[in-house]
Amino acid sequence: MAAFTLTVNNKEYQVDVDPEMPLLWAIRDFVGLKGTKFGCGIAQCGACTVHLEGSPVRSCRLPVTAAVGKKITTIEGISQNVDHAVQKAWIELQVPQCGYCQSGQIMSAVALLNKKPKPTDQDIDAAMRGNLCRCGTYQRIRKAIHRASEIMNS
Amino acid sequence: MDNTISTLNRRNFLRITSLASAGLFIGLSLKKETGMAQVAKITGDEGSLDLTPFVHIGTDGTITLFNPRPEMGQGTFQSIPALIAEELEVSLDKVNIRQTGGQIIFGRGQSAGGSASVRTDYFPLRKVGASAREMLLTAASQQWNVPLEQCNADEGMIYHKSSGRSLSYGELAQAASKLPIPSDPKLKDPKDFRILGKPSPRPDIPLKSSGRAVFGIDVDVPGMVYASVAHSPVFGAKLVKYDDSDAKKVKGVLSVETCDRKIGKYTYPAIAVIAENYWAAYKGREALKIQWDDQGNEKFNTEEYTQKLRDLSKTEGLVDKEVGNFEQAYQAAPVRIDAFYETPVVSHSPIEPMNCVASWTEGNKLEIWASTQVPRSIVTSFSKEYGIPEDNVTVHTQYSGGAFGRRLQNDFVIEAAQLSKKTGKPVKVLWSREDDTEQGPFRPMTFSAMKGALSAQGEVVAFQHKVISPSLHDSGDPNFDPSRIDRSMTEGISDQAYVFPNMKNLYVHADFHVPISAWRAVTSTTLAFAHECFIDELAVKAGKDPLDFRLGLIDAKSDTRNVLMKLREVSQWDKPLPEGWGRGVAQYEFFAGLAGYVVEVSKAGSGIHIEKAYAVIDLGTMVNPDTVRGQVEGAATMALTAAIKSGITFKNGETVQKNFNTNQLVRIHEMPSVEVTILTNGGPRIKGVGEPGLPSFAPALCNAIFSATGTRIRRLPFDINHIA
Ligand code: FES
Ligand code: FES
Repeated sequence: MAAFTLTVNNKEYQVDVDPEMPLLWAIRDFVGLKGTKFGCGIAQCGACTVHLEGSPVRSCRLPVTAAVGKKITTIEGISQNVDHAVQKAWIELQVPQCGYCQSGQIMSAVALLNKKPKPTDQDIDAAMRGNLCRCGTYQRIRKAIHRASEIMNS
Repeated sequence: MDNTISTLNRRNFLRITSLASAGLFIGLSLKKETGMAQVAKITGDEGSLDLTPFVHIGTDGTITLFNPRPEMGQGTFQSIPALIAEELEVSLDKVNIRQTGGQIIFGRGQSAGGSASVRTDYFPLRKVGASAREMLLTAASQQWNVPLEQCNADEGMIYHKSSGRSLSYGELAQAASKLPIPSDPKLKDPKDFRILGKPSPRPDIPLKSSGRAVFGIDVDVPGMVYASVAHSPVFGAKLVKYDDSDAKKVKGVLSVETCDRKIGKYTYPAIAVIAENYWAAYKGREALKIQWDDQGNEKFNTEEYTQKLRDLSKTEGLVDKEVGNFEQAYQAAPVRIDAFYETPVVSHSPIEPMNCVASWTEGNKLEIWASTQVPRSIVTSFSKEYGIPEDNVTVHTQYSGGAFGRRLQNDFVIEAAQLSKKTGKPVKVLWSREDDTEQGPFRPMTFSAMKGALSAQGEVVAFQHKVISPSLHDSGDPNFDPSRIDRSMTEGISDQAYVFPNMKNLYVHADFHVPISAWRAVTSTTLAFAHECFIDELAVKAGKDPLDFRLGLIDAKSDTRNVLMKLREVSQWDKPLPEGWGRGVAQYEFFAGLAGYVVEVSKAGSGIHIEKAYAVIDLGTMVNPDTVRGQVEGAATMALTAAIKSGITFKNGETVQKNFNTNQLVRIHEMPSVEVTILTNGGPRIKGVGEPGLPSFAPALCNAIFSATGTRIRRLPFDINHIA
C-alpha cells in the first residue's frame, strides 16, 4: 500500500492503495464516487470511462499511479445540476434505459464534443464504439450527440 | 400460502415504509374471494392489514406511490406509477416513487419479467388511483356541502369552481380516509388522459444521466467487506481441495470462506476471498490454488453436443399441438420441403455484473441490497431457507444495470447471504465479467426441424415445427419429468395466426448439464427464427410474395394481420428497391405479445449492410410511447447481437468466451436505425412491451438477406461480413 493524491473533479483526495489498483476502484471504493461503473475490467465496454487531462480513458485498465498528478474528471464533475449540454440532450431524448452504461457513454460523448463541436456520424462511430450498451440505446445516443452539439453551438 | 398476512397491521406497515401515520392509504385487497383485485384502504391502527398499499397521501400533502415492479431499463419506474397518477390527477413530478422490497404487504406481484408489468397492472392500479380521487372528491364535497359533480380534481387539489374554493389532497386526506371505498370507481375516459398514452419523461432519466442512480453495485453499508468468488470453470465439478496461503498474503485480504452457488436444480461449490476492498478480494481470489474433480464433464464441447441434437431430431418427440393429419397430408402433397435450423447458446450479459450486499444482524434478521427482478422471491425463499419469518428479511431493490432474465436468479444473493453469515459482517459479493460470462445461466441452444408441404396451387397443406433442445424446466426443477412436454421450449410455435389444415408440432428433449434460464423473450427468440424463415422458404417455393403469402395464411381479422398490413405501409413494401438490395418480413406472437419487422439490406462486398429496420408492435393499449419505442430499439439490438456475434461455445467442459473481447456485443457503428410504429387498436388483450420486439428481428433480417443474395441462412450466428 502507498498513499497517493488524486485530483478528481478539481478536488484532492488522499488514497492509501495498492499501486497496481486500477483507477476505477480507487475512484469508486476510496474516493467514494460511484457514478463511474465497472463492466468488464479489460477496456472492452467503456462503462468506466473518465477523463484524464480531458481525454477519455478506461479507468479499469489504468493503474492508479498513472493518474497521480493529473486532472481526473468523472461523470460527477461535468456539471453541478445535470445541465451539461450532453446531459440536457440525454434527458430530452430520454436516452438511458437501465442507465448503467450511460456515465461512460456521456463521458465519451463530452470528450468527443470538446474535440469536435460538430461531429459527423462517422466521428460518432469512431468515438463511441468503445462503449457498449446492452440495452441498445445506440440510436438515441447518436441523435443525442447531434442534439448536444446543437445546444452547445447555439 | 403466505401465513404472515395476519401479523401485519397498520403499525407494522408504517414501520416498514417509515411514513407518517396520518393520511390516506389506498391499495388492493389481497383477499381473493372474488377472483378480482379489490380496492381497499387501511383502517384502524391495529386492525389487520389485508391490502397492498399503492398510494399514501400524507396530511402534509406528500403523495407517495409504491412501485412493485423493479426498474431494469424497461421503464416501470414511470409506467407503473403513471397508472395511478393518471387517475389520481397528479403529475409524476409531484409524487415520490418508492420501489418496494418484497414484503407481502406489497403483494405477490413484486417482480419484473415476461413483459408482464403494465399488462397485469393496467386496470387494477388505475382503479386504485380512481378510488383515491373519488374519496378525496367526496370528502371535499361533504366539507363544502356541495354536490359531488360540481367538484373536480386537478394536480393535487380539489376545486369547487362556482364558489372558487379549493382544498389540497393533504388537507382532505384525513377526512377521505374515513370514507368507504367506492365500490365501482369510475375510470377516466382515455380521451381525457394527460399521462397515459403520451410520451412522458421518465423520472429516473436525470439520475441515470448524472451517475446518481444507485445500482446494486453502488451500495455501501457501514462495516462492509468485499467478496470475490471462485467457481469451477467446468460445470458440475467437485471441489477437491484448495490452498489459500498466497491469497491470504494479499494486502487487505481478511479471510477465505466456502459457499454454495445455487441455481435452479444445481448446487456448485464456491470459494470466496473476503477483503477490505474489491481489488484486494479479486487479487486474492486470483492467487487461490484450487483443485477440482471435473467428474468427466471436462470432455463436454459444443461440436459434439450439436451433433447430439442433430441426431435427436430423428426421434419423434412429444406432441405440442396436432391439427388434422400431418403425415398423410405431407406424404400426399406434390411439393415437400424440409429444413433444419440451429441457434446457439447465448449469454444475458447485462453490463452491471452480478452483485449483492447481504447483512445478517441481531435477532436473525437479514438485509439484502440487490439489483434484482424478483424481490418477493428473495423474501420468500430466504425465509424458507433459514426458517425465519418473512418479516425478518428486508430487501432493498436497487436499479438494475440490465437484467434480461439473468436477475430472475438468486444465486449471487445466496452467496452473499451465506458469506455474511459466516463472517458476521455485511458482505458485498461482486462477480467479475469473466464470472458472469463463464458461469451462465445461458439461453439454451434450440434446433428446429421444419417440414412443410404445398398443394399444386401453392397452398400450405401440411406444416411441422419440431423443436430439439434442453429444457428450462429441467434446469430449474430437480423433479423434472422428461416424459412430459416443457411448453416453455415450444413457445409460440403453435400459436401463430397462420391457419394450417394439417399441423403437428413436436418437442424432443435433450439432456444438458449446464445451467440455463429464461432470456429476454425466452424461447421465442430462437423459435421465431426457424418458424418465420421457414414460412419464407414456403413462400419462395410457392412463388408468392412473402408478405402476401403470410396474409393468405391468416383469417380475415387478427392482430397479426394488422401488424403485417402496417409493416407493408410503413416500409413501402411494394416499392421497388435499388439494385443489390433486399427486404424481408417476419412476425411472431407469443405469451408476451406481438411484433413484426421489415428489414432492408444491401450487398456490401462479400457481406451485407443493414440499411434500415421497420418495427411494428401491437399493444392493445400503451402507457408511454417513448418507452415502447426505446424497448423495441433495444430488443432489435439484442436480437442483432444474438444473430451475428459469436454467442457462447464450450470446449473441454468450459465456456470458451470469458469477457466482451470474445463474447462480443453489437456496437454503435453496427446498429442500423430502427423505426418503430405502435399499434394500439388491437383486441382487448393488453400485450407486453419489453420482449416482443426481439423474436422477429433475426428472421426478417435473414429473409432480407435471402432476397438480396439468394443465400438462405439456417444457422445462427452468421458472419454478416461474409455471406456464403
Ligand atoms: S470496465 Fe473498463 S472498459 Fe469495461
Ligand atoms: S442503458 Fe443499459 S446498458 Fe446502456
